[in-house]
Amino acid sequence: MNVTTNTAAQRLTFWEKLYLPEIVKGLVSTLKTMAKPSMTRRYPEERWEPLGSYRGRPVLVQEESGERCVACGLCSRVCPALAIEVRAAETMERDKERYPDLFEINMLRCIYCGFCEEVCPEEAIVMSKDYDIVFHSQEAAIFGKDQLLTPVARLQERLEFLRQYK
Amino acid sequence: MPVITIDGVKIEAQPGKTIIEACLENGITIPHFCWHPSLSVAGNCRMCLVNVGSQKKSPEGTLEVDGEGNPVIMWMPKLQIACATPISDGMFVSTKDDKTLTAQNSVMEFILINHPLDCPICDEAGQCKLQEYAYKFSKGESRFDDIKNHKDKRVAWGPQVMFDGERCISCSRCIRFATEIANQPVLSFVQRGDHVTIETFEGTQFDSPYSMNVIDICPVGALTSIDFRFKARVWDMSFNDSVCPGCSRGCNIKVGVRDNEILRLEPRANPIVNKYWMCDAGRTTQYKWVNANRVSGSYIRSDKGLVLADADTAYTAIAKAIKQYKSDEVMIVVGGMLSNEDVYTVKKLASEVIHTNRLVVVERTDTGFADSFLRTADRNANSHGIASLGITSIKPNEIADYISKNHIKALLVLGDEIIRGDEAILSAVKSLSFFALATFNECQSTEIANVIIGSATYAESEGTYTNITDRVQHFTPAIVTKENMRIMGMKMSRLDKFGAQNDRWTQGDKRDCKQHWRIAQGIAEALGTNFGYKNSESVFDDIVKHVTGYNHMSYDALDSHLGLTLNHAQHPESLGVIYESHTLKPN
Repeated sequence: MNVTTNTAAQRLTFWEKLYLPEIVKGLVSTLKTMAKPSMTRRYPEERWEPLGSYRGRPVLVQEESGERCVACGLCSRVCPALAIEVRAAETMERDKERYPDLFEINMLRCIYCGFCEEVCPEEAIVMSKDYDIVFHSQEAAIFGKDQLLTPVARLQERLEFLRQYK
Repeated sequence: MPVITIDGVKIEAQPGKTIIEACLENGITIPHFCWHPSLSVAGNCRMCLVNVGSQKKSPEGTLEVDGEGNPVIMWMPKLQIACATPISDGMFVSTKDDKTLTAQNSVMEFILINHPLDCPICDEAGQCKLQEYAYKFSKGESRFDDIKNHKDKRVAWGPQVMFDGERCISCSRCIRFATEIANQPVLSFVQRGDHVTIETFEGTQFDSPYSMNVIDICPVGALTSIDFRFKARVWDMSFNDSVCPGCSRGCNIKVGVRDNEILRLEPRANPIVNKYWMCDAGRTTQYKWVNANRVSGSYIRSDKGLVLADADTAYTAIAKAIKQYKSDEVMIVVGGMLSNEDVYTVKKLASEVIHTNRLVVVERTDTGFADSFLRTADRNANSHGIASLGITSIKPNEIADYISKNHIKALLVLGDEIIRGDEAILSAVKSLSFFALATFNECQSTEIANVIIGSATYAESEGTYTNITDRVQHFTPAIVTKENMRIMGMKMSRLDKFGAQNDRWTQGDKRDCKQHWRIAQGIAEALGTNFGYKNSESVFDDIVKHVTGYNHMSYDALDSHLGLTLNHAQHPESLGVIYESHTLKPN
């Protein structure tokens, strides 16, 4: 018969066997933490604001005269996940003769690597701070120009970051 | 023959050749922009500067060698342009020494001084000679920090060609092409120095039927096609080898496809047929009818109108109808755009299964289209091939008579629109009891035909055309259909290869259209005879076996010799070295 002696429970002292001191220690720790400022937040009412270096979903920069993008297709070429589709068109009205007639990013394919932003010769596609990207169907995951165009004022922080470190 | 030494390699060349030509023939490429084997030598880009010299001679007249036995070379004090320096026996050429490399870098730096950094919006990017050389022969540094010259960026030279003055590097290839090949000398340099640009003469425009070839030979993106401008980046397209079906010349072409839609056609060099050129009409018209207004699937006309059916049902319907008539009451018309494989199978269907000899092709002659260069009056791409397979031709105005005189009851048309607004033919066709049609596009015939089957165009099928000089040329599919989905070796772009169900860029129209030989085989099978052809190549092998003139041919032989002439397959013409100025790599 295999009888185990000298187990951890057998080695406990009297005070340890009482458990009370350990419970008090735990309660002290809880009370200490209660007094500290809270680390969690009430998402989505309270949102975290990332820094300029954060790579959220890619967006197109929109200026007053229209989008910066000239539809060169380099982002589409460099994209390792083939998430981007660009189709160009010609215009006589603006000073840039070429603009994207269609610009779509399939957010199911996007891996947030930021290559598109890095390759862009016009600084027209940048990573935004958006991190909560939700959709209910595969079709809705394909973001068109209407969802991608973002006013340049809202992207200042990222553009400054790029100028400094890119 | 003179022997010259290039970078230590001795090569033999024809007397009178220039250094660049001698090098090209021996597989050495000297960088160049303005030189083109089909154009005269201008020598103005200075990119082909090389070090040229000869062995030193002693006063006694013997050639001097140094202590180790190497020749002592007296280099010319200045570099010479390889495109305009004729070779001479005993010449030494160096293309890799420091002096030449420095010159190449300097020329690149000089050319790039006023070249805008337009690459992102330039259609040439990806297949640009200047981009390629900037990587290969330039250090990529510029000491120029002034403001670049500004010139006109969008000047239409004619209906097809758009000129961008800033991108132009003044190589004059287009000027020489217009003068020497297109015979329309309307282009000229104007201004001087860094303000130099190219203009058409007052009151003229560059509207030659061959004008768009300047777009291909332009080493940069200064000349763009108005028809194609900004449609796609070259690396997003796939380019499959084909043959232009516009006339019986059979210019070799490449078909540029993105998202299963043809976006442009461009010439493929073939020294015997079309050299480096093709006509604008072929380029701008021969893809549009492939993209739009197509018949996809098979239809049978009933009381309720046209009903979509599967192909086998359509074949059975045709077979059932044909069986009701005597064999010489059945007439078959093949289109001039059908390949040899198609026509051979249709002929087999007519002679061995239906037993009718009423198999004709309609002549399509347009004398206004012909010229003395490439364009021919015979608009049937494969008229010589069809004739070589023993099919008689009739003129369009004889169709109505043919139907009424021979008491035709059933008509089967493959790959042609015979009505074309002609009242006499229309009433003749309406008088028939049965009219079956295999066609590419919606047309007048599709409105009245009893059975309609969508058929594959040249861009969707594999086959051979025999051109006006009896040269048999192989073409391959460029567009995916439901039938050719699995043809191996079809070049596909990156987008095509990796597209998935939920990508919108792969949702291009995959049509349900069949090659004509498959339709003919299907009808024969419905009539109880199985030809047993598996693919176009098996049909062609059968032609090679049974039709004299095609002996010793095969798809592989046709590909490697860029076509073979009827009856002379054993003695292929020498192609020489095929020059390629600049193209998308790899392709």
